Amino acid sequence: MDSGASRLETAYLRETPAPTLPPPALSSGALGWTRKNLFSGPISSVFTLLTIAFAAWTLPGLVRYFILDAVWRADDGAACRAPGAGACWAYIGQKFPFFMYGSYPREWVWRVDVTFVVGAALIVWLLAPKLRGKQVAAFLFFVAFPVLGFVLLSGWEAVGLPKVGTDLWGGVLVSLVVSAVGIVVSLPGGVLLAMGRRSRLPMVRMASVVFIEVVRGVPLITVLFMANFMLPLFVPDNWSPDRLVRPLIGVSLFASAYMAEVVRGGLQAMPKGQFEGAMALGLGYGRMMRLVVLPQALTKVIPGIVNTFIGLFKDTTLVAIVGIYDFLRTVDTARLDPLWAGPSISTTGYVFAAMFYFIFCFGMSRYSQYMERELSKDRQR
Amino acid sequence: MSVRAEPAVAKASPFYDPRVRGFVYQALLIGTLGWLLYEAAANAAANMRARNIPTNFDFWNKTSGFDINFTLVPYSAQSTFGDAFWVGLWNTLLVAAVSVVFATLLGFAVGIARLSTNWLVAKAAAIYVESLRNIPLLLQLLFWYNAILKPLPNVRESLVIPGLFGAPFAYLNNRGLILPEPKFGPGFAWTAAAFALGVALTAAFAVWAARAQRLTGAQKPVGLVGLAFVVGLPLIAFFAAGQPLTLDYPVLRGFNFAGGARVLPELVALALGLVLYTATFIAEIVRSGIQSVAVGQSEAARALGLGTKPMLRLVIIPQAMRVITPPLTNQFLNIVKNSTLAVFVGYPDLVSVFAGSVLNITGAAVQIILATMAVYLVISLLTAAVMNAWNNRAMIRER
Repeated sequence: MDSGASRLETAYLRETPAPTLPPPALSSGALGWTRKNLFSGPISSVFTLLTIAFAAWTLPGLVRYFILDAVWRADDGAACRAPGAGACWAYIGQKFPFFMYGSYPREWVWRVDVTFVVGAALIVWLLAPKLRGKQVAAFLFFVAFPVLGFVLLSGWEAVGLPKVGTDLWGGVLVSLVVSAVGIVVSLPGGVLLAMGRRSRLPMVRMASVVFIEVVRGVPLITVLFMANFMLPLFVPDNWSPDRLVRPLIGVSLFASAYMAEVVRGGLQAMPKGQFEGAMALGLGYGRMMRLVVLPQALTKVIPGIVNTFIGLFKDTTLVAIVGIYDFLRTVDTARLDPLWAGPSISTTGYVFAAMFYFIFCFGMSRYSQYMERELSKDRQR
Repeated sequence: MSVRAEPAVAKASPFYDPRVRGFVYQALLIGTLGWLLYEAAANAAANMRARNIPTNFDFWNKTSGFDINFTLVPYSAQSTFGDAFWVGLWNTLLVAAVSVVFATLLGFAVGIARLSTNWLVAKAAAIYVESLRNIPLLLQLLFWYNAILKPLPNVRESLVIPGLFGAPFAYLNNRGLILPEPKFGPGFAWTAAAFALGVALTAAFAVWAARAQRLTGAQKPVGLVGLAFVVGLPLIAFFAAGQPLTLDYPVLRGFNFAGGARVLPELVALALGLVLYTATFIAEIVRSGIQSVAVGQSEAARALGLGTKPMLRLVIIPQAMRVITPPLTNQFLNIVKNSTLAVFVGYPDLVSVFAGSVLNITGAAVQIILATMAVYLVISLLTAAVMNAWNNRAMIRER
């Protein structure tokens, strides 16, 4: 034991704590972050410098063109045609009613606004996971809202709303009508087609597969052409559908086929036990689907459904090919107005339209990502 | 005769027999569809007769009488409507092929950039992807065509795109993109033959190297040897034949360019729009494909002593490609389908020529639209079949 004691005597024992050293300057703080994330190696450094150079080359010009040199107030295109003038936002301001409603009579524009507000409220009710009463919301959106929208927008003399022909509709109004009809038709249509594709009746299965694969295999433009040129030939002469109804039919068929594949994914992901359990309880096919399978399967594929809507919303721009004045077409037509014609008009119009579509689509895709996280919570630990 | 006591089963009413029900449902469906088809056909026949619309393909061999501003096959106003169909089809395939190649390259680059550890590069890639994929393709096409390419200066004030050593390489003006045109000399066939030989030799070497590795474990430098064969042999042949390839540079003479090849602004706008739009989707596919490979895979590869390159080549990429291929196929098909937006910028693709000009002149709406749809359907099904075959080969073989 004395050898241990002697060791203790010679041992060095520090009595004050060592001073705390600052962290190495190059691996922490702002400098460390920069080094780790921007200059971690020669290749990384080159890319960082290239990106900075590109931003420095483009950003100042863009800021100057769209903000600093932009014309915010003007009564006609003279100020926007001046040399050195940037984007012509005054033109957007003046054309705004045309972009929103097309040639819809100005004194009846409130009907469009009411439809927009009701539709937006119902969509929020349907989509927000915290709000209760989804079945009521679904009934209102898929059954009551289309009727209300039709009466308000198209008019009904009996209640004092004069008719407004679809040739006067335009702008955001038409874009939203086309997407809303696409949504309202394609969800039930897609569910039916998906169920048909998984049916054990061979004829039903074959009919669904042929419809889905043919529609998904051809471009939307050809479907629109078909709806526009062929549909009037297929029905008796006096039944010929309205010029706005034809592309609506085309878009609805197209969206239904895509929706069917999304819903099929949800049906396939359902464990067999759910079907068997429902059957063991004595439910028939209809009640099994309605009460047990579809509520779970549709919830599972909400992100996919929303992504299909994003695609549908972007595709509504194509209805311009059959002469419908959707939002993009009104923008594309307005830039030819001789009163405003100038070098910056096209760019301003397109950038405005791009911001509109971006806000809608980006918002929807954010919602889809949010739902994906919400839905996978049960699988997260 | 022994009588077995059978349990008395009440015969169910045929109304509740699932087989009878299934039969009735299908009969109803077929009946309704058949009736709809019959009514549609009868109405169409009556309507077309009443409006004097042709009901057959007789127009196919008639003189078209209209010109097309961009053709890959010989065509003039004296050609037939059938020729116009082929012009449109080739133009569609051209823009689709160009867009597929560049969209894939850009998409893979951006997809990898989004996973970069370099914060700035990853953010720049994310901004590009999130902004362009949320804007309709048609809007982007109109922007490129009407807001960028149309207002370009005229021929005399063309923008110069410098090549190597600062000499003018190509010109951009409101009539399109003027590129140097490659002129092939008589000896160029030897270069092409040398390239084919190089590919064949590389394949043979790869087979031999694989066998050698199986037998002895020694690895042969397949990549380097292949590079030497595929690039070296054609280069030797090229210089031995006296460089039989010259670039015919465009030169501004008066009001136009002499020499060079002109790419229509319509084609530039369409291809640019398709590439930039589709690349955002391909980038997301590539990113999720790479992220789908479990971290354990790269850790295991490291534990086996593989370096970064063999790890990527043998472990990560094969597994990522399995996830990437099916949605990538869909994007290729989307490019073909979206190339129909050519109508909006005036590029003469199949829809614009055949379902546009030819339909308007002949009025044969039903035949022409069905034929156009059939073409796209065939392209879709063929591509899907090829990619599925490839995918089946690359899939995990589970035992």
